[in-house]
Amino acid sequence: MADTKVEQMSVNVVKEPSLMTGAVPTKDWMDVPAVFKPGNYCYPGKPSIMEYHNNHTLPGLFGEAREFAYEDEDWKLPENWKEIIINGIKERLDKFRSFKVYMDICVRCGACADKCHFFLGTGDPKNMPVLRAELLRSIYRNEFTKAGKMLGRLAGARELTIDVIKEWFMYFYQCTECRRCSVFCPYGIDTAEITMMGRELLHLLGINTNWIMEPAANSNRTGNHMGLQPHTFKQNAEFLLDDIEEVTGVRINSLNFNRKGAEVLFIIPSADVFAEPGIFTFMGYVVLFDHIGLDYTISTYSSEGGNFGLFTSNELMKKLNGKMYAEAKRLGVKWILGGECGHMWRVIHQYMDTMNGPTDNLEIPKSPLTGTVFDNAATTKMVHISEFTADLVHHNKLKIDKSRNDHRTVTFHDSCNPARAMGLLEEPRTVINAVCNNFYDMPENTIRESTFCCGSGTGLNTGEIMDIRMRGALPRANAVKYVKEKHGVNTLACVCAIDRATLTSMNEYWNPEVEVAGISELVGNALIMDGEKERESGLRFEPLAGTEG
Amino acid sequence: MKVLYPFVAVVALVLIAFIGASLPGGQYLFGVVFPILAFAIFLVGFINRIMNWGKSPVPFRIPTTCGQANSLPWIKQNKFDCPSTGFGVIVRMFLEIVLFRSLFRNTKAEMLDGPKIVYGATKWLWLFSLLFHYCFFVIVVRHLRFFTDPIPGFVQALEFGDGLLQVGTPVLYQSDVVFVIAILFLFLRRILLRQVNYISLPADYFPLFLILGIAITGILMRYFIRVDVVVIKELTAGLASFSPKVGDINPLFYAHLFLVSTLLVYFPFSKLMHLGGIFLSPTRNLANNSRMVRHENPWNNPNIKPHSYASYEDEFREFMAGADLPLDKPLEPAPEEKEEKAE
Ligand code: SF4
Ligand code: SF4
Repeated sequence: MADTKVEQMSVNVVKEPSLMTGAVPTKDWMDVPAVFKPGNYCYPGKPSIMEYHNNHTLPGLFGEAREFAYEDEDWKLPENWKEIIINGIKERLDKFRSFKVYMDICVRCGACADKCHFFLGTGDPKNMPVLRAELLRSIYRNEFTKAGKMLGRLAGARELTIDVIKEWFMYFYQCTECRRCSVFCPYGIDTAEITMMGRELLHLLGINTNWIMEPAANSNRTGNHMGLQPHTFKQNAEFLLDDIEEVTGVRINSLNFNRKGAEVLFIIPSADVFAEPGIFTFMGYVVLFDHIGLDYTISTYSSEGGNFGLFTSNELMKKLNGKMYAEAKRLGVKWILGGECGHMWRVIHQYMDTMNGPTDNLEIPKSPLTGTVFDNAATTKMVHISEFTADLVHHNKLKIDKSRNDHRTVTFHDSCNPARAMGLLEEPRTVINAVCNNFYDMPENTIRESTFCCGSGTGLNTGEIMDIRMRGALPRANAVKYVKEKHGVNTLACVCAIDRATLTSMNEYWNPEVEVAGISELVGNALIMDGEKERESGLRFEPLAGTEG
Repeated sequence: MKVLYPFVAVVALVLIAFIGASLPGGQYLFGVVFPILAFAIFLVGFINRIMNWGKSPVPFRIPTTCGQANSLPWIKQNKFDCPSTGFGVIVRMFLEIVLFRSLFRNTKAEMLDGPKIVYGATKWLWLFSLLFHYCFFVIVVRHLRFFTDPIPGFVQALEFGDGLLQVGTPVLYQSDVVFVIAILFLFLRRILLRQVNYISLPADYFPLFLILGIAITGILMRYFIRVDVVVIKELTAGLASFSPKVGDINPLFYAHLFLVSTLLVYFPFSKLMHLGGIFLSPTRNLANNSRMVRHENPWNNPNIKPHSYASYEDEFREFMAGADLPLDKPLEPAPEEKEEKAE
């Protein structure tokens, strides 16, 4: 748990002198080195894990596997680290127009400065998106621009040193690639793009975090982040059928795995069969599909919707994502349905078809119940569960008893990726409103395209950096608190597996009493199943309104 | 230092022009050679930079979606903040470039006791940036009168509109006044807002001072010192037709022209290139349709393949069989193999 108690933290964020609270640092940012101390950084990848990547995923992209600690003076970098970085920057400038243009055109207007949750929560100047980008831009200027070469620091250039590398590691891992800054920038400069480049560069030197590299290795080998082997994955999922039976009185027999010839391949973030409250979301999916008689299957081989490659490098993202289409082809399904996960959907929506398409064997998704053709997924052939469910409720295909969610007063957290890299805003709200009587949105500046990150995305949801996470989560938590106090909100709904874990920690810290639920859990609660018994509790065995005591 | 150096640099430029233009041959150098050279550098540099950006591909379709996407037919799409068609993108870019759409969203966050964070709308930066850029534009267009003969109708119309208040002789252009105010606003903001102050580089103050210098010398010439416009026009129109005639002109003019020349040279190598860059920003100029229409990545590497199902099944076949999971290759427990493993 977080190292700093919430009472203390509540004072710190307001009172400690920072650029957010009114103090101005005395030193220019170029003269302030990053200092690593327990709690402000994630641990490096274990040598065995990095060995695995070097042998089995993408040799050559992750530097040398080795034992070291970030608090050490010596990070055991290769002799020619400088050359590797400069060449790495050059290569990426030639590959990504976004990177090249964003290196050049920032005018330092500061519009993005107070848009980042990490800056709001820490007041650390280098967490202003513009400065985060300048960390890399200053090196770019020094090596690649005439002005930087001639004028040096006057033009905002500085020399590449080991301290710069360390600073990159610190601040490219205090960015969750949430893209909120890019909404407000007059040129759309997306600091997430720069963070991605920064992380790719660091990987070349073998600088990484175990919390990302181990799940990525697992995902490659076993199919999912958790490292669940096929039989365990299946058992975990089937175990939840017992819970469903206990709550509803109905034994579901439609759940199945790796079945060839199913119409739909359903891919979830694997956390949904593994940990609370994700498992309740999973129960919701299963109840829904049974209710509508969907011909679907779940794969143990492609059992991870999430993709930690997105937090690592475009190559690893492609490699991990490739399983989806490969499995869809092997099983001979018609189209793919995706569960509730944020970054998973950024990969599917903005990268999958480009990286691993085109598919020749799939069909344009069509809902077997409503006949709706999902033209918006015409090439990817993959539909979001909220789109699918919203279409069902719009056509009245579900038997719903909304009152079964009356014990919940709900607000909705737009996850960064579905909101700002997809535009999925109304679908989840449609579903919530269809299955809940009490829904209240958070204030305007904190939802939809202006939504705040949970503070722990991009592989930062590890216990090693709790203080930073809780600071980064503060803007989101604050908005939740607002609706909690104003409307009595007790449930924070979301469509993201990382959120289900991180918002839970966030609420335990900042807003005890507010629970986190995937939307499909709420759907599962409300669905009237054939042959069900009188319901007294929701899917997590919580008493329904009017049944307590 | 961040503010002082650029200021000194601009003052130095003015002095150089004053002194230089008074030396023999100096008028030709500052009135003809430098401006032509500067203009050439500007053109070549600008085009070069754009081509250089254009050389790098856009491997992925990464628009920042700032509204509801194109989805189910009964869900209302935000067609311009989250466009899915070429037309939508054009409108989005138009709003961005002509009205500074994104800057209009700006808010200011404050941390209050509690902790409680509040977000207030703040439109000042939007307003003054808009004023700054439009005044700049108007002034540049007005200056076409120095390079054309006859003066095009739109220039005259613009001049008329700009002087609509009919104050003073020569008529006061509103754009001149607003321009200076806007520059001062942008400068003061950079100094006074602690966050912006902290991120500012000398390279942010320099163009501000430079442009302010240009504005001040220009205003002095028009309203206060009253330089001989006819001689100036002889020179400038001559520049445009590559047959310049240098007459006897107030040194202030050379200072003005030298600062403009400096701006032109500086432009392609600086952040001022945001003028060109905004057109090429992939988070803004792409349609959000990547699930609908395939986007090609020219350097997509076909050799990156997923860990195959076959090797997955090979590794876990026994467990899969034990858990009644379907197999592609049936499990054949060869007894010899088992023994080998046991060894
Ligand atoms: S809003 Fe854009 S241009 Fe302004 S400082 Fe931030 S990144 Fe730079
Ligand atoms: S992408 Fe998000 S976390 Fe990263 S700098 Fe921008 S606002 Fe901050």
